[in-house]
Amino acid sequence: MTLLLVAPLVLIVGYIFYQALPILSLDFIFTNPKDGMRSGGIWSPLLGTCYLVLLSLAISTPIGVLAAVFLNEYAKDNWFTRMVNLAVVNLAGVPSIVHALFGLGAFVLFAGLGKSILAASLTLAIMTLPVIIASTKQALAAVPMAFREACWNVGATRWQTIRHVVLPNSINGILTGLILEVAHAAGETAPIMFTGAVFYKAIQEGDLFAYGPFDQCMALSMHLFTISTQVPGVPHALPFGTAIVLLGTVLMVNALSIIVRTRLRARKKW
Amino acid sequence: MSAGAVHSIETKNLNLWYGDFQALRNVNFRVRRGEITALIGPSGCGKTTLLRCFNRINERYGYVRTSGEIKILGQNIYAPDVSLIELRKTVGMVFQRPNPLPISVYENIVFGLRIHSPLFKWRKSVLDDIVEKALRDVFLWDELKDRLHVRATTLQLDQQQKLCIARLLPLKPEIILMDEPCSALDSEATLAVEELMLTLAGRYTVVIVTHNMAQARRVSHECAFMLMGELIEHTRTEDLFLTPKDPRTADYIEGRYG
Repeated sequence: MTLLLVAPLVLIVGYIFYQALPILSLDFIFTNPKDGMRSGGIWSPLLGTCYLVLLSLAISTPIGVLAAVFLNEYAKDNWFTRMVNLAVVNLAGVPSIVHALFGLGAFVLFAGLGKSILAASLTLAIMTLPVIIASTKQALAAVPMAFREACWNVGATRWQTIRHVVLPNSINGILTGLILEVAHAAGETAPIMFTGAVFYKAIQEGDLFAYGPFDQCMALSMHLFTISTQVPGVPHALPFGTAIVLLGTVLMVNALSIIVRTRLRARKKW
Repeated sequence: MSAGAVHSIETKNLNLWYGDFQALRNVNFRVRRGEITALIGPSGCGKTTLLRCFNRINERYGYVRTSGEIKILGQNIYAPDVSLIELRKTVGMVFQRPNPLPISVYENIVFGLRIHSPLFKWRKSVLDDIVEKALRDVFLWDELKDRLHVRATTLQLDQQQKLCIARLLPLKPEIILMDEPCSALDSEATLAVEELMLTLAGRYTVVIVTHNMAQARRVSHECAFMLMGELIEHTRTEDLFLTPKDPRTADYIEGRYG
């Protein structure tokens, strides 16, 4: 059974890795695409994706987590909260291309941010927000009521209860939701296509701060789309190499948050 | 708060609604200081609701409306200047299912202190003494003195329940409310907790909600019978069980319903 579950993952990753093997090297990561994207590396799109994911998460995490805390811990059950909950569930099901058009209208044109990393990150943040709210709410709801009661009855305020009991006991679930959204944000092409990502842009190789918030950028997901469908004569291994780096980036973020998670757990004297 | 009064808790014409449902009707109830008072009655009669009024914790459970007056130690707890934090420190509560926090035994006991003075640096020796005293008061010290840092949720149920009582003590409560504290325990553990309650009486006023009439008889000095949100009869325990005045009380005690 386990094999059945693991086999597709191993097959997919293994196949991509095998196809990408001839091109993989440190140079591939640290050089910009060259020759009309037919050779060279993926430095520019890789850095662009990192910027987009981190910035969008920096926007959506605090808003999403606080919204979930409000909905689960403070809000009374009335028509307003029911509307908000309904909106959250429905927004989670909106196709990403619709988010893209909303981002184009709201951030690029109306707010006047132009096509930029900031506008694209805001669009991604809007896209990930409902899922973050929903998953955080679920994690909070899983904390037994008895813990809250215990806390209230020694005179703790609602916020103290949340800070000392509810959040520490739901942080695993919250982080799991965030990880999923990292992968989601990194992989989406449509929302960034209209709002901040470009086909080609060369940046200073090896410079981590090569993009500014109002620059346009390349992104791995869009680069993968471009070189596999829009540019003729791309060497076979190039798209696979791009795919494996995209996968690796997401896996690295996941690994990082697992480390954070175990650290958090180890700090408690359970 | 006046010391030396005969009654720790006094309610006057207390009414309570959950939405449209009236859960308490004109309850006039007085609890003698330093004694154990038991609340009995069939399920849904408002015992737990009444208990939760005494530290205003039922306000955290959603839409609740009350009218009337509750005085704890002579102080009206619905007065605007009442601090809910002080009230809940004064009036602690123990629940049906033991609910220690998923932290160590030691941290459970000092949790309240840490919450109430987050900036104060507690000296370890002071905290150690507080923990030892609290555990001795509930007869857990000998069992747990070498296991102060195990997770409290791994203890046996009766130890957990005693710990939940111990957790209130560092806050120096006056009144301890117990909501069916033994219903999750076996008979032996129940006896141990009852014994503990008897030693707590005198130092603390105890109000206990129970389904178990034998238990009410064993532990309480006074007993109150509730039905459909009303307080039917309240008197010394032996009188209530031997010579109930109200026929409904008699019926309940004889097991005709409930």
